[in-house]
Amino acid sequence: MSIDTQLPDETVHVASAISDEVVIELASVNKWYGEFHVLKDINLAVNKGERIVICGPSGSGKSTMIRCINRLEEHQAGDIIVNGTEMGTNIKNIDAIRRDVGMVFQQFNLFPHLSVLENCTLAPIWVKNMPKAEAEKIAMEYLERVKIPEQAGKYPGQLSGGQQQRVAIARSLCMSPTIMLFDEPTSALDPEMISEVLDVMVGLAETGMTMLVVTHEMGFAKRVADRVIFMDQGEIVEQNTPDEFFTNPKSDRTKLFLSQILAH
Amino acid sequence: MAVVDKAGPRKGGRSFTEIVNDERYRSVFYQVIVAVAVIWAANYLITNTAENLQARGMSAGFEFLTSTAGFSIAWSIIDYEPGDTYFDVYLVGIANTLIISFFAIIATTLLGFVVGVMRLSKNFIICNLASGYVEVMRNVPLLLHILFWFTLSAALPRPKNSLGLGDMFFLNNRGLYVPAPIPGEGFGVVVIMVLIGIAAAFGVTVWATRRQMATGQRFPAFWVGVGLVVGLPLLAFAALGAPLTFDYPSLKGFNFTGGADVPRAFCALLFALVLYHTVYMAEAVRAGILSVSHGQTEASYSLGLKPSWTLRLVVIPQAMRAVVPPMISNWMNVVKNSSLAVAIGYPDLVAVFMQTSLNQSGHAIEIVGMVMLFYMTVSLTISAALNYYNKLVQIKER
Repeated sequence: MSIDTQLPDETVHVASAISDEVVIELASVNKWYGEFHVLKDINLAVNKGERIVICGPSGSGKSTMIRCINRLEEHQAGDIIVNGTEMGTNIKNIDAIRRDVGMVFQQFNLFPHLSVLENCTLAPIWVKNMPKAEAEKIAMEYLERVKIPEQAGKYPGQLSGGQQQRVAIARSLCMSPTIMLFDEPTSALDPEMISEVLDVMVGLAETGMTMLVVTHEMGFAKRVADRVIFMDQGEIVEQNTPDEFFTNPKSDRTKLFLSQILAH
Repeated sequence: MAVVDKAGPRKGGRSFTEIVNDERYRSVFYQVIVAVAVIWAANYLITNTAENLQARGMSAGFEFLTSTAGFSIAWSIIDYEPGDTYFDVYLVGIANTLIISFFAIIATTLLGFVVGVMRLSKNFIICNLASGYVEVMRNVPLLLHILFWFTLSAALPRPKNSLGLGDMFFLNNRGLYVPAPIPGEGFGVVVIMVLIGIAAAFGVTVWATRRQMATGQRFPAFWVGVGLVVGLPLLAFAALGAPLTFDYPSLKGFNFTGGADVPRAFCALLFALVLYHTVYMAEAVRAGILSVSHGQTEASYSLGLKPSWTLRLVVIPQAMRAVVPPMISNWMNVVKNSSLAVAIGYPDLVAVFMQTSLNQSGHAIEIVGMVMLFYMTVSLTISAALNYYNKLVQIKER
């Protein structure tokens, strides 16, 4: 892995905040769904503050890979170490990692029986034993940051898709995670709502959060990513700075993929 | 009709076909037809019945309720003598139906939740055990269940060779014999302590929730509550010198005397009702939990909530919306199906009132009406209570 992590795009790019500390390490990770080999020998190290965009055709294993990082999927071989804790069958370790890693889903997955504010305070109250008043204060701060404090009393079913996704981001941030995973956060949104969610994500990148983003928003990748990873058929085919990745792709598979998604 | 006339073709200048094809007029038209048909049918039934009663010299009315029934009832939970009135028989039947329904509903609900969750287990043995139970039980008619358990209970040993549990409980081919509690002086205090304990446990739960919301600190409210409900009465019981004695059943000659007895028809009916209806409860619970998308669980896990809290805070509150409506009809079915007791001679409302009382008094219309009134009252009460609960847990959209 010869990644030049010190050279983000200097013009439009969000200032890089990468440190030397490795917070996520995947070593020879393998996973099968029955006979289907979905992750083939994945090796990846993510530094603190690094923003990684993962792209690739559907079924290439990109979602599965980031879902292994908080064990929504189990890997069958290899090691995953998050913030120095090894992800395995140890329940305490799984809990510790999940507290530290936030996740945003394609389908938002807000709790429909709870108000927006309750969605945000549920985990701080029950996982962190936080007083309700304090949890609500923090929740309001994050709802302010995603620009929907006025919707706090509403229920998820009363919000638009873009608003729901911003609430989902705020809900994750309320647990003060050190790492955020985004699994195609804008794929279920109407075009005019994509930018309001991406704006929030750019804002989050500016705070120096470690982010792993599975997305096809190449504009976002160019503006925010420190590194772009291209996956195909369960393998990391190519990874590079966004500049190099888009202007000078190495493998034929990457060139084909880029020509398809950038064609229109 | 007035609406149809007002908008007739002469005034509005609309053609006949336009009106025939207008959905508003159509709906009024059909409603009028139905109303006329219902009124005609009711009128026909009432006049026909009145004529027939008159022709036979019979009188309709509820005076018979105050006359002596004159027959004995095999078993009842409220006091009854053959010299009591038909109205007393009605009450005995209601009490017997309610007591078996009460136990059956409680057991069905608890077992249903257990079996429903078991069927969703990833554990091969547990899951298949529950599936096997569901498939076997629901593919046999309830009447067969009842007859099966009743027949099987006849194969139990005679009183002399009863299956005993510590000289207190005895099961034989006549029924189940249990110790009868005899409250002594001051036992009322113990009962009051139970109530105080329940109130205190409730208070502690509310306080613990408030404190957690205010400070974030947890309190083991459940276990403290259990301690209060169990401990307070126990303390009072010991302090008052154990003011409760039991009358134990004992074998005298060919049968047991003393204690309290539950006839085998009751046991067989309860067994059959519970085994059969548990299946529907379990399926309702399973469907309810499955109706909550897996994404909800994943979101909850990713926030760091443990599986047990995820179930309690995220999955079950949403699952209940889907569980409650089938649960309502299941509870009502338990009450209504308990009337199959008639097949094995358990003296429920239908057996004592619609059979014996009806045959003796001949007041079929009144008796059937009273029995229907009872079942409708119970069903509507259950339905109203659970519908109210269901409204509380509905999800707001738009």
